[in-house]
Order: sequence, then C-alpha cells, then structure tokens
Amino acid sequence: MKILVGIKRVIDYNVRVQVNRDGSGVVKEGVKMSINPFDEIAVEEALRMKERGDANEVVVVSIGPEAAQQQLRTALAMGADRAVLYQSDEEVQPLAAARALLAVVEAEDPGLVLLGKQAIDDDSNQVGQMLAALWNRPQATFVSALEFSDGVAKATREVDAGLENIEVELPAVVTVDLRLNEPRFVKMPDIMKAKRKPLEIKPFAELGVEMPVQLETTLHEPPPKRQGGVKVDSVQALVEALKNKGVL
Amino acid sequence: MSSVLLIADHDGKSLNTGIARSVACARQLGTVHVAVFHAPDADAPCAAAARLDGVSRVLSVSNPVNGTPLAAVLAPQIARLAAEHEGGYDYVLAPSTTFGKDVLPRVAALMGVPQVSDLMEVIDARTFKRPIYAGNVITTVKVPEGIPVLATVRIASFQAVGDGEDAPIVAAQAEVELPDHTRYLGLVDTGGSDRPDLQSAPVVVAGGRGVGSEENFQVIFKLADKLGAAVGASRAAVDAGYVPNEMQVGQTGKIIAPDLYFAIGISGAIQHMTGIKDAGCIVAINKDGDAPIFEVADYGLVGDLFTLLPELEKALDGA
Amino acid sequence: MSEQQGDIERDVMEYDYAIVGGGPAGLACAIRLKEKMPAAEICLLEKGSEIGAHILSGCVMEPGPLDELMPAWRDNPPAICVPAGRDEFRLYTRARSFRLPTPPQMHNAGNYIVALGELCKQLAEHAESLGVEVFPGFPGRHPLIEGEGADMRVVGVRCGDMGLEADGTPEGRPGPAFAAGVDIRAKTTLLAEGCRGSLSKQLIARFKLDRDATPQTYGLGFKELWQLPAGRTTPGLIQHSVGWPLDNATYGGSFLYHLDEDRVYIGFVVGLDYEDPRFSPFEAFQQFKHHPDMRALLEGGEIISSGARTISEGGLQALPRMEMPGALLIGDAAGTLNVPKIKGVHQAFRSGMLAAEHLAASGTPEGYDAAFRASAAGRELHKVRNIRPGFHGGLWLGMANAALETVLAGRTPWTLATHADWDSLETRASARAHGEQAAMAANWHQERSLPPRDRLASVYFANTAHEESQPVHLRVADTSICATRCAEEFGNPCTRFCPVGVYEMVTGEDGGLQLQINASNCVHCKACDIKDPYLIIDWVPPEGGSGPNYQTL
Repeated sequence: MKILVGIKRVIDYNVRVQVNRDGSGVVKEGVKMSINPFDEIAVEEALRMKERGDANEVVVVSIGPEAAQQQLRTALAMGADRAVLYQSDEEVQPLAAARALLAVVEAEDPGLVLLGKQAIDDDSNQVGQMLAALWNRPQATFVSALEFSDGVAKATREVDAGLENIEVELPAVVTVDLRLNEPRFVKMPDIMKAKRKPLEIKPFAELGVEMPVQLETTLHEPPPKRQGGVKVDSVQALVEALKNKGVL
Repeated sequence: MSSVLLIADHDGKSLNTGIARSVACARQLGTVHVAVFHAPDADAPCAAAARLDGVSRVLSVSNPVNGTPLAAVLAPQIARLAAEHEGGYDYVLAPSTTFGKDVLPRVAALMGVPQVSDLMEVIDARTFKRPIYAGNVITTVKVPEGIPVLATVRIASFQAVGDGEDAPIVAAQAEVELPDHTRYLGLVDTGGSDRPDLQSAPVVVAGGRGVGSEENFQVIFKLADKLGAAVGASRAAVDAGYVPNEMQVGQTGKIIAPDLYFAIGISGAIQHMTGIKDAGCIVAINKDGDAPIFEVADYGLVGDLFTLLPELEKALDGA
Repeated sequence: MSEQQGDIERDVMEYDYAIVGGGPAGLACAIRLKEKMPAAEICLLEKGSEIGAHILSGCVMEPGPLDELMPAWRDNPPAICVPAGRDEFRLYTRARSFRLPTPPQMHNAGNYIVALGELCKQLAEHAESLGVEVFPGFPGRHPLIEGEGADMRVVGVRCGDMGLEADGTPEGRPGPAFAAGVDIRAKTTLLAEGCRGSLSKQLIARFKLDRDATPQTYGLGFKELWQLPAGRTTPGLIQHSVGWPLDNATYGGSFLYHLDEDRVYIGFVVGLDYEDPRFSPFEAFQQFKHHPDMRALLEGGEIISSGARTISEGGLQALPRMEMPGALLIGDAAGTLNVPKIKGVHQAFRSGMLAAEHLAASGTPEGYDAAFRASAAGRELHKVRNIRPGFHGGLWLGMANAALETVLAGRTPWTLATHADWDSLETRASARAHGEQAAMAANWHQERSLPPRDRLASVYFANTAHEESQPVHLRVADTSICATRCAEEFGNPCTRFCPVGVYEMVTGEDGGLQLQINASNCVHCKACDIKDPYLIIDWVPPEGGSGPNYQTL
C-alpha cells in the first residue's frame, strides 16, 4: 500500500511568535521554521507502517514556498521514499489545500492519507476532513492509535469524552494527534542519503485547483493581557466570589 | 433576519455543555435553529435544546444511523439541511468540541465554502475574531459576501445561555445518500483513574514549589478530588521531584484552558503563565503577596496553603 | 570519554575536514576551504537547532574580513545591519552620566551593527551552496584521539547521542528513541566552538596547548533586544560605558546600540575575575537599565529576545598553541577577540580563513600557530595585549594604562600576565574583613520596574529548550562541597553568576541545603565552567538542538 503524507512548513513550536508592527501578520524574519509537529508524527507513523510491512511506499507532499524543500528533505531523511513540493508563495487556505491534495490523491492513488490534525500556525483543523469529503472516503481524526487488517483501519480517537474507537474502510484520511507516536531523530548518514532521494518541485498551478472563496484576514493582534483581579481576605470570601461567578 | 443552524453535540441523553455557550454566539447572528441528529429512541437532547434561551426552533433529525456521531454520516445531512431547509441557512455553526471539529469541515467541503475555526468574538455579521498560534495571536477574519458562514464556536469565549425557552421541536429529514464505510465501535473504557485528564478538565488544581515535598502534594490531590478536578504542577514542583512531569503545566508542559484554575504555592513565572493564559478563572493561593501570579489571578488569597486548603475543602463541603 | 559509549555501534562518516561550530570562525574556514579545495569533503557540525541559534554577540563588526570572504554580503545584508553612526563613551554614576573622550579602539566609522546569528545563517547558506555539508542539531561531544605521546593525534569528533534518558548516572541510558552519535573521522579537525568550547577545553588539556600561555580569562556578557516606542532612537548610535553600577575593582561596562525600526541592543559585560562572591552579574545589568538615562529610554518598551554568553578576554598572552596533530583551534575557541575594541568577529573570520589557506598550502596543521601570530590578526592582538590585564589594578589604573598602551600602540617592552578567573573570588570571611565591599553599588533594593522580572523571565526571552528527560549536562563532580565548604567559603556563587538561574540551593527533604540543577534553563554561556572556584563544574553539550534559539539577537 502506498501512503501519502501531507506536511506543512510552519514557524517552529519553540519560537515565541510576535505580531508585526502594523498588524498585517507575524514576524517571520530570522525565525526558525520546521515541519508542523503533528505532520512529523504523521510521517513517523507512515514509516512505522512501512517497517511493519503494512505499507510499501511513503510519499511526502507539501504545498508552500520553495524553502519548504528543507522540511521535505527532513521527511526523506526520516525515511520517506519520495517527496513532492507544490510551490506557492501565496497563502493556501484549507479548502484550496484540500482540493489540491485531492488532485495529488487522484494522481498517486494511495491506500491511506496521513495528515497532522492541525497546523500550529493557523490552527484550522480542517484539511483532513475536507479532503475526505471531497474524496468521498472515510475520515478518522485526532487519532492516537492505529491498527490495520484486510483493507480496514481501526482508529482510536482522542475525543472530549475520552477515547473512541471507529473502523474505516481504506482508502481513508487519518489525521493524527500528539500521542500517536514519538518521531525518530534524524541521523546524519540519513541526511546524506536523503539528498539523493527524489524531490520534485512543481508549480501549484499545475494541480489545476478551482480556487474557492477565501477568508480575508484584516488584522493580527496580540491577545489581551490578563488583568489582575482582586485579593480576597478569607476562604469564605473566595468561595462566595467563585459561586457568584458561576465557576463553582 | 439571518438564520443560524447550530448543530447539537450530544450523547443521546444530554447536550454537551458547549451548546448553551454556542447559542450565546449564535443568537448574536440571527434566528437560531438547533439541529439534533439522533437515533429514534434517543431524543432527550431535543427537549434540552428547546429550553435554551434564544433558540427559536429545534430540528429533530431522527434516523437509526444518527445514533452515533460519525462525521461521514452526518455531514451530508447537515449540508443538505443547511442548503435547502426552508430556503437554506445563512450561518451553520457547531461548537468547537471534538465533535464539531470533526464534522463541520466535512460539511464546508461539501458545500464548497471556507470555515472559520474557533470563532471567539462576533465583530459584525461577517467579521469575527479567532486565535492562531495557540492563542498567541488573535486575527480578525472576514467571510466574503454571497456564501453561508460556517464556523466552529470557541466555547470558552462565550457564557452559557439560561434555560427558560420553550421552542417548538419539528421533525426534519435530509434526503441524501449516506456512506457505510465508517463504523462506530464505542468509547474505550479506560478503567483507570477517576481523575479527569489534565489537558481537557474544566477544573484544575495545580501545586508549585510552595507545596514543599512529594508527601505534601497530597493536599493538592485532596482538594482536586473534592472539586472533581484534574491535578497539575508547575515546572518548579516537577524539577524538585514532587510529581512526575506529565503533570507539568506551562510553556514546556501542557498548555491548558480550564474554566477554573487553582494555582497553589505557585509564584507565577512567565513560563507557567504561558500554559494557563486562556484559563477562564485563575485563583491563586500563595504566602508571598508579591508573587507575580497575583498580577494575573482573578482571585488571590495570601496565606499559608497548608492552613487555607483544609479550610477551603471544608467550605466546599458546605457549598 | 565514558567507556560505556565504546560499546555502542556507531556509524562512521569520513571527511577531509570536520569543523565543529557554526560561528564566524567555523563558517569562514569552511567557505575558504571549499574555495581553495573544491574537491574536499567538508562537514560542519553545529549544536544549536539551526545556525545562529546559539550566536550571541554585541555586535559591531569591522567589515574588512567579511568583504574578503563574501563580498556579496553588502548586496544582501543580514536582517539587522545598521551602519555605525556616532560613538559615545560614557562614565556612569548613580544619578548621572558623563561623556568621556572616545578611545581610538571604539571609533566605529565604517563598521556595522549586525545580528551576528543572522549573518551566520547567510554564511551557512553560502557554504552549503559551495558544497559544505552543514549539520545543525549535531554537537561534537568527544574528540577522537589515537596514539600516545608524540604520536597522539586528533582523528575526528564523536557526535553526541540523541535520546538518552537520565537515570542517576552522568551519561544516562539509551531511551526508546535512542540514536547513537556518529563518529566523524577527518584528516584535520577544526575546533571553532567559540569561547570556552567543551572539546577545545579537553584538547588544550590533552595536548598541553596552554603550557606556554598565561591563564585564559573571560567576561560574561548579557544582551537584550528591545522594541521601543517610536521616536527615542538614533539608528547607528553606539554607546559604551564604564562606572556605575560596578565598583572600581570590577571590570566591565555596558553597550547600547541603536538599530532601525525603534529597536536597540542593550547589554552588559562583566569580567569574570570579579572578587566579591556576593556579586550577581545579572543584577548589575538590570540595575544599569534602571539608571535614570536608561530607564527613560526603555520604559514602555518590550523585550523581544535576550541571552548571555561568555567572551574570551585573555588576549595574546593567554592564547594557547593553536595547532596540534590532526587539529586546529580557530576563533574564540582559542581566544582571538580584541578586548579593547570588544570585537571578535573580524578576528574570527581572519583566523578561520587563515586556517583554510594554511591547510590548502601546507596540508598540515603544523605552522598555523606561527602563521596566525604573524598575521594581521595576531599583530592586532599584540598591540592591545596589555590593556585588559592592566585593569587588574582597578578602573582608573586600568584606564591610565590603556591610554599609555594606546599612545604607544602596544610597543611597551613588557607583557602583563593574566590571572585565572576561578581563583579570583575572595572568601566571604576575607570580604567581610575589608568592610562591606560590594562589586556593585550597595543597596540595590530599588523596585525593579523594567522587564525581565528575574532570571527566570529572562530565560523565557532566550527561547531556550531542553528535552526534559535527558541527563543533566552540567556535571558537578562533587556536590557535597556545595552545602558545606562552598556555602561557608563563598556562599555558593554559582547561584548568582549563572545568568539564568540553573543553580539553586534548596532545602532538601532532610532539612539541609542541597544543590538543585535546573539544567533546562541553560543558555550555554559557559560561565559556570569558568568561574566555579573548585573547578568541579564541567559543561558538556546536551542533546543536539537543545539550548537557546536566539532570533535577530
């Protein structure tokens, strides 16, 4: 089975993100970029499936600027077989990304598509679900455990009530959550090997996506600073106040 | 007048608490209809929805396949209702619970429209604020004219509406082909601790360096048990060995947003505050009145936690 | 080197040249090596998560060597690059400040205020485009040495293991995601780790490279990048100061560089030969920021990023032999910084380029040391060699000596010795005997109104990250000294000289004091490795990618 993994180049999760001075975006100058952490978990899961014999090829795809090659190389160094970058310097919002991935899916014909549940930059949490809808296939989202047998995947999902099991027929879209696995360290010899693995760069336009209506972002601002409240002078006063506020 | 279709998150018996908060958002936008997709014998959530202040109508969509929350089964029905029921809806909302996050994007793709995730504030009919970068940046987004607005509602940003309404419940159906490629197997019985999960618990009690030792941390656990809360800790408490690091709350631990957060013996270093900046209500108990935590706590109580916590437990008994 | 590590199977990668450290010296060397020997296989290891992540420097750079190395830099300058404008040298007192004549070494016409980390990123891209293999996230952990006695030679570097878990032993044990560090074997290894490099420290000891040098000495520098409200800055203004809050016996002073877009770099450097064990360099810096002049500048602004790093101050007489069989020390790993100018970048570039040219011409490290000392970089160090040591007699004597040396351009017939920093602390008993001497103005009890609130808050602005379960990388050989001898003699100075509060004395379960090491705060400055009076702290690189993530700093 071929697995298609989608990854996104995002600001590294360790970076303290700052709004730029005119509110038009966040400061990206001098800022470290990495693979979206959830996508890295997706890559790792695909590799483990291949190592177990549940899959025979792992293809990584990304939509983004030319520099996203670095993230694809990292995925190749982890062990993916082949990578494709659909280059676009414009923002590609979730529905457009889902339509684009559908075109890739139709070309690659994978048995499984793995994605991170959300990108830590826009936190939309939509692409996997949208792709599944457009592809008319099942979705298993926020997955923390995954098993395969006979063309069917059993997924354990992290939901508000706890853990939920569902079964989906392949091919399907799975979006992964934090606890699914811990990605492996990239080793130096593998970084060297990855340079020789196929990485194609194609223009985004080549996918022929019908661009949907896009949301317009008109302002970026830092969150409101929490103001200090009051000091109460007794436990009784505290309990009263909390009850009045409706939290107790 | 605009019309809003709000998709109910429920378990067949009761509504998710996020719905009452989502109605608070929905009624800012227009007339609110709540759609409850359910199995024929599990319609209690319809009555609960009909009581929420501001709800004009409840659509009861009864179908055996609707007994379990499968996005692939519900999305086509929602999309059909949203487009066609009584001329279609201007807004389709769902709470930003795992249910809403799972199903609404699928609806959006079927309808060919974008979705606003985690709507936190309504600026006007088509302009909203939402968080990105884990809430470190707030954006204002505008949905262009001519398409329905689809959004998941960040429930922590809205106060629940009350319970005095008496809206009519009408049956509705969506005539649409439904897939059978997904099967619901059930919730997993974790069988383990009764204590709620730190990441998602609505109430959290956290202890810091001030607690002093691993044994002393029992006072934190006791208070948490009394409140039915999850237990967390500051990095200082974890580094000092009082508790394991899965319990760490903060920049390098878990970033949480409970409705109520007790910071006990925690000084309030920036790194810790990063982990709880989105908490609804922060209560600080610390013997150092100048500790930075008091600058952000909604309620602060200065004193010895070993005296105050037992007092607090007793007061809660009486509460 | 732990014997345990010898049992683990490791990959071996072979190169002609292995460079440890992605700073100006290492990158300059890599670029020049590839230009001179296009067919050479060259790898560069960097312990930070990316090039620049661990780079912290003032920095006002003399562009000459960079023009030689990568002339195109002027067409594509780094993210922060402000031409130097006016220079000011000031003496601060508690309430006021006085302009002094600007020393010639502090005239910066033609120089540039840059974010060195950003410049290094560009240099790394250039190096990669030439075919150098750059590996961020991979620390050099142990030197690989073969042979004994006269045949002893460096044959490469062992990279650090990833995925080790703390288990109470210093080295830890392999965890589930364990990946053994690769052995890099190279014909010549270049140590470009910067000030107080951990491999350089080992090699200097093994090959006795310092036998003809006086002790290396250091300063601890702090730096913050501030975004200020509009209208307060004069881009290009470069200000240095001495005086308050330091007393006359403590070497150091501030720097303030005005950038574009209403931003400033503000920082403070303190000589680690300070004597008062109660002194806290971090507090001195914060106090300086509260001086009326500084407060007026900073109030209402916000810190974008901050960090700390030690610098080499020993100069020429402390420079160890820079060559050994199989390896070279370049840049501040040896200590090439010009202290009176407080500039090390142009020297590091020169040192790296010269190493490359030397290796290309002769094929061996032998002869590099003499070549460096005879070069422009070496001559520059010779000219200023007596200035920093002259401050051992206090601020005024030091300034007078500096004036003399400047006028004579270093042609004095003597060379002043340096003294080891670790040995300079007075015991508490002795300090008390001198009356309440303090290394900084006493009664620093002003309410601190400017950020950062404390050292922990300053850690936040360094974006420092260490995977929590890894073994502690600050190896304290004998923690029993802490609560007993050290507490008595010096009052645990590590709890004060560490810029980020790694070391704390806490009350243990038994009621007694014990040392707690908050390793994850570490910003890799090396102050503890230098200043600890018992020489029991050994800083080793943590897991690759750990440590600060400085942005535009």
